[in-house]
Amino acid sequence: MKILVCISHVPDTTAKINFTEGDSKFDNNGVQFVINPYDEFVLTRAMWFKEKQGATVTVINVGNPTTEPTLRKSLAIGADDAIRVNTDATDGLSVAKQIAEVVKNGSYDVILAGRESIDYNGGMVPGMLAAILDYTFINACIGLEIDGTNVTATREIDGGKEVLSTSLPIVIGGQKGVVEEKDLRIPNMRGIMMARKKPLTVVEPVAFEDVATSKSFEKPAPKGAIKLIDANNISELVDLLHNEAKVI
Amino acid sequence: MSILVFAESSEGKFKKSALEVVSYGKELAQQMQTNLVVITAFVEDTSELSKHGAEKILIGKSDNLKTADASVWADYVIAAANQESASVIIFDSSANGTYVAPMVAAKLQAGFASNVVAIPSSTAPFTVKRKAFSSRAFNFTEIKTSNKVIGLAKNSFGLKENPTESTVEEFSPELNAGKIKLESVEKSSGKVTIADADIVVSGGRGLKGPENWGMVEELADVLGAATACSKPVSDLGWRPHSEHVGQTGKPVASNLYIAIGISGAIQHLAGINSSKVKVVINTDPEAPFFKAADYGIVGDAFEVVPKLIEKLKEFKAQNA
Ligand SMILES: Cc1cc2nc3c(=O)[nH]c(=O)nc-3n(C[C@H](O)[C@H](O)[C@H](O)COP(=O)(O)OP(=O)(O)OC[C@H]3O[C@@H](n4cnc5c(N)ncnc54)[C@H](O)[C@@H]3O)c2cc1C
Ligand SMILES: Nc1ncnc2c1ncn2[C@@H]1O[C@H](COP(=O)(O)O)[C@@H](O)[C@H]1O
Repeated sequence: MKILVCISHVPDTTAKINFTEGDSKFDNNGVQFVINPYDEFVLTRAMWFKEKQGATVTVINVGNPTTEPTLRKSLAIGADDAIRVNTDATDGLSVAKQIAEVVKNGSYDVILAGRESIDYNGGMVPGMLAAILDYTFINACIGLEIDGTNVTATREIDGGKEVLSTSLPIVIGGQKGVVEEKDLRIPNMRGIMMARKKPLTVVEPVAFEDVATSKSFEKPAPKGAIKLIDANNISELVDLLHNEAKVI
Repeated sequence: MSILVFAESSEGKFKKSALEVVSYGKELAQQMQTNLVVITAFVEDTSELSKHGAEKILIGKSDNLKTADASVWADYVIAAANQESASVIIFDSSANGTYVAPMVAAKLQAGFASNVVAIPSSTAPFTVKRKAFSSRAFNFTEIKTSNKVIGLAKNSFGLKENPTESTVEEFSPELNAGKIKLESVEKSSGKVTIADADIVVSGGRGLKGPENWGMVEELADVLGAATACSKPVSDLGWRPHSEHVGQTGKPVASNLYIAIGISGAIQHLAGINSSKVKVVINTDPEAPFFKAADYGIVGDAFEVVPKLIEKLKEFKAQNA
């Protein structure tokens, strides 16, 4: 089993969100970047397949050289090797095309990605990748077993879950549940040392055209001050929710 | 040319998010001076679609649509898009909408914008406003291709009635059988789910223990709301994991979010930024939630919540 884990390099959730260059770019200043949380779940699952089922695990990022520390962190967690496609990640479809090219050249049969990146909130790369490759796609995956070429996956649906069975090759859009939070791995010293020696290959992108481009950003209007209601005057809250907020 | 909306049905009925995308599609069709076509499956009664503006309704009945494989649904929508020369295809942000939309976009080589919150700010160039950074910012995206795919964020447009005479046609394109087999489904029965709820009542560690959730459930009952919780509450096993909201849990995009005994840590707020109106009930006036909420009560949940339930019952009785 050859697993490719797609790693998106994103600002930490607690990072300050600011924009520069006329609100056209995210302001990286002082921001710490991390492995996209959803990707951490699927990467951890990949480690299980590696240790228990002898899978090989490659991590990939489409991005410029600044994303390499995030790939090294994935190697420190236990991936065997890393690939960086050397181009700025712009729209989802071009990212999916770059990854698809690597999948074809490396004949990976399990592609694990996160349900969405927490920066751009696209939720599109895994589904697009599956469509381009004609691989089976399961999104919002909260449980994954692979036995030979048979796949059993649990998908979160509105108000519940469903269990699905299919076969390889597959693309997964995963989230918490694929592994539990307590099972996420923090790189240890040995992992970090080993990661330095693991291969990180830089490949040049195939030609592509942007089909959707981010033009600018805007911060939500500052929220009005909170209205405090006296604990002894609860009917005022009911009244405000009905007449002012119009939500009940 | 036309605008195509995918309206998902469940047990023969349309969810609110499906009617929301129809409402949105109608407004966009008017803006672009074209027709609104709605594609759906397995429904008899399409009056709700007509009420919200559908000019033409395509209904699939093929057995091949009884599949959990999104790629079959993607082919189904694409067949309709081709037949109707659709220039814009619109999905909601339900579990199925977000499953199918990216596949449709890739198969059509169309630009895709998800989490869209408004009618395009311009149609030439085609620019939409969407949520990014877990609703901590908005992003304007230009879709450059002639075919465009949009995913509308839940509760961002609302329902708009636009009574229209619709033509209804059965639609049966050829479809493959799909590669995924559905083994079992588990639905939390009878309860309002977080994904569908207009109102969510959520409890944190301030509630001290699972035995105190009776009043949270009663409050939810009175409001027709779903119940939710903070992460430590589900980690402690007081509530099921499916109720955990936040950065690592479920996102909530309800009209009203009531947080009881939740401090308002940034990771919690990351999941509820998209909720429209937020109410906090907390003993500690310094709790960060007071900076994020619209209405707040500084007070003990064990006194405030029962009173709130009582007042809401009175309100319901008067406004019934
Ligand atoms: C990587 C990471 C991811 C995380 N993801 C999430 C996430 O997805 N979701 C999430 O919720 N958290 C998440 N957390 C945890 C988060 O940082 C907070 O620890 C958590 O949200 C706190 O939960 P709480 O508000 O219920 O509990 P506390 O922080 O313990 O707050 C309890 C609150 O109740 C109030 N209170 C006490 N008694 C009463 C009373 N009688 N009446 C009214 N109020 C009372 C207190 O004043 C206090 O404000 C994450 C943390 C990390 C590090
Ligand atoms: N630039 C990228 N490089 C590698 N993987 C990515 C990249 N962008 C997105 N992904 C993967 O696709 C998932 C969904 O991302 P998105 O569609 O951008 O929300 C992420 O969780 C990653 O697994």
